[in-house]
Amino acid sequence: MDSQLVVAAELNKYFPSGVQALCDLNLEISRGQFVSIVGPSGCGKSTFLRLVASLDAPTSGELRVEGHDPLGLAFVFQDATLLPWRSVAHNVTLPLELRHEDATERVAQTLELVGLTDFADAYPAQLSGGMRMRVSIARALVTRPQILLLDEPFGALDEITRQRLNEELLRLWQEDHWTSLFVTHNVSEAVFLSQRVLVMSARPGRILADIPIPFPYPRSAYLRSAPEFIRIANGISRQLAHADDS
Amino acid sequence: MKRLRSLTTNVLPPLLFFALVVCAWQAAVSLLGIEPFLLPGPLLVTQAIADNLPRLLSATLLTAIGAILGFVLSFAFGFLVALLFSQSRLIERSLYPYAIFLQTMPIVAIAPLIILWIGYGLQGVVAVSFIIALFPVIANTTDGLTRVDPHILDFFALNKANRWQVLFKLRVPGAVPQMLVGARISSGLSVIGAIVGEFFAGYGTKDFGLGYLIILTNGQAKTDYLFACILFCTLLGLGLFTTVGSLSNFLLRRWTGATE
Repeated sequence: MDSQLVVAAELNKYFPSGVQALCDLNLEISRGQFVSIVGPSGCGKSTFLRLVASLDAPTSGELRVEGHDPLGLAFVFQDATLLPWRSVAHNVTLPLELRHEDATERVAQTLELVGLTDFADAYPAQLSGGMRMRVSIARALVTRPQILLLDEPFGALDEITRQRLNEELLRLWQEDHWTSLFVTHNVSEAVFLSQRVLVMSARPGRILADIPIPFPYPRSAYLRSAPEFIRIANGISRQLAHADDS
Repeated sequence: MKRLRSLTTNVLPPLLFFALVVCAWQAAVSLLGIEPFLLPGPLLVTQAIADNLPRLLSATLLTAIGAILGFVLSFAFGFLVALLFSQSRLIERSLYPYAIFLQTMPIVAIAPLIILWIGYGLQGVVAVSFIIALFPVIANTTDGLTRVDPHILDFFALNKANRWQVLFKLRVPGAVPQMLVGARISSGLSVIGAIVGEFFAGYGTKDFGLGYLIILTNGQAKTDYLFACILFCTLLGLGLFTTVGSLSNFLLRRWTGATE
C-alpha cells in the first residue's frame, strides 16, 4: 500500500517564454500531512501548486496525484476571489452548484465550522479581509477535498489576523485531516502550521531542504514564543537567505 | 441631518452659481441692449416657456420616447454583440474594427441616409439614436466580459465548470458594473441621437419632437423659444442620465457593500 498522495519525480517546468520555473523537483507527500513550502518570491512555489491542481502541465518528469481526480482537490488563492454579487452563503455554495451537488445542509455546516453562520447573508464588500479569507476557506472545504492547496492565503492580512487564521486553519485540519499543501513566504507561519517545511531555491525551483517540525498537535499560540520554535524558524530563515544567493 | 448637510454642501453651491449667471445674463442683455433675436434674456426665455409649455412638453415626450427606444435597443443589441465577441477572439478581431468605424463615422453625416432607408417618423429617429448609442455598450460590455480575474477562472476550472456556467455564473454577472458604465454613456448619447434624428426625420406637421422644434424656431428667428427648446433638451438628457445612474447605483449596491 502506497500512502503517498502526491509524488513528484524529476519534475521540470518551462514557461513558453523559455523561463525555467522548476528544476528536477522531487518530493513525496503522505496522506493527511500538513506540508508548507517556503522560498524566495518567484521561485516556482505557486507553479508547483498549479501543476498539482492540473491547472498547468509539467514540461517533463512525473507528477502523480493519487486518485487523480481534480474534484477531490480544492484551492485557496492569494486573494479571497469571492464573487461580489453573491452573498457569503451563495459564494460557499458555488463549487457544489457547479458540480450539480446538493448543497443546503453542507453549506450550513461549513459556515458553522468557520464561524460565519451570522454572516451567511452578507456580501463580500461588507466583510473585512480576514473574514473574506475565511469565506474563501469555507468555499474550499465545502467540497470535502482530499487535498487542500493554499497559495499564500494570508499574505495580504495583518499579523494578528494572520495568526488567528493560522490557529483556525489548524483547528479545521485537525477535524478532518485533509492533506494540506501550504505555500507561504512567512517562515513563522510555515513552522507553526506544518509537520514538514520544504525550502525551495530561487528560480529555477528545487527543494533545498525538507525540515520536519516535531511539535505535537494541537498547537497553541504560545508555541510561537517557545525557544525550540524560534530555533527552527531561524534555521529555516538562514537557509532561505542562502536560497536567494544561490 | 446628514442629508440636510449634503444638500447644503452639494446642491447649494451650483444653484447659487446658476442664480448668479442668470442675473449677470439678464443684466448684460438689458444694459448692453442686445437684440432679443441674437440673445434673449432669461426673462424672455421664461416667458417663451410659459407661452409654449404644452407644445414643449409634448415635444419633449416624443423625443424622450425616441431616445429611450434607441437606448434600450442599443443596450440589448450591444449586449448580444459583446456576448458574441466574448465567446470568440476571431469574431471579436474580425468585427471590432467595424464597431469602431460605426463610432467614428459622424452621425450627422449619415443621418439623412438612414432616414432615406428607414423612413421618416419615429423609426428613423430611433434608428439614429440606436446607432449613436451602440458603441459604448459594445465596448464596455466586451471589456467586462473578457476581463475576469484569472484565479476565479482557475476556480471554475477546478470545479469542472462548463463553458455556459463560466459565461452565465461568472462573466455576465461580473460584467454588470462595466455594462452600466456603458449604459450611462449611452443614455446621454441616445438623447443627442434622437434630436439629430429629428433634425432630418421630423414628424409631420402635427406631432414633432424637440429636434424639429429647434429647426422650426430657428427658422422663424424665435430665439427665446429656441432657448427654451435647448433647455428642455438638456433637462431630458439629464433626466435620462440620472435615472440610469441611480438605477446602476441600486444594482451595484452589493458590490459597494451599501446596505439593502
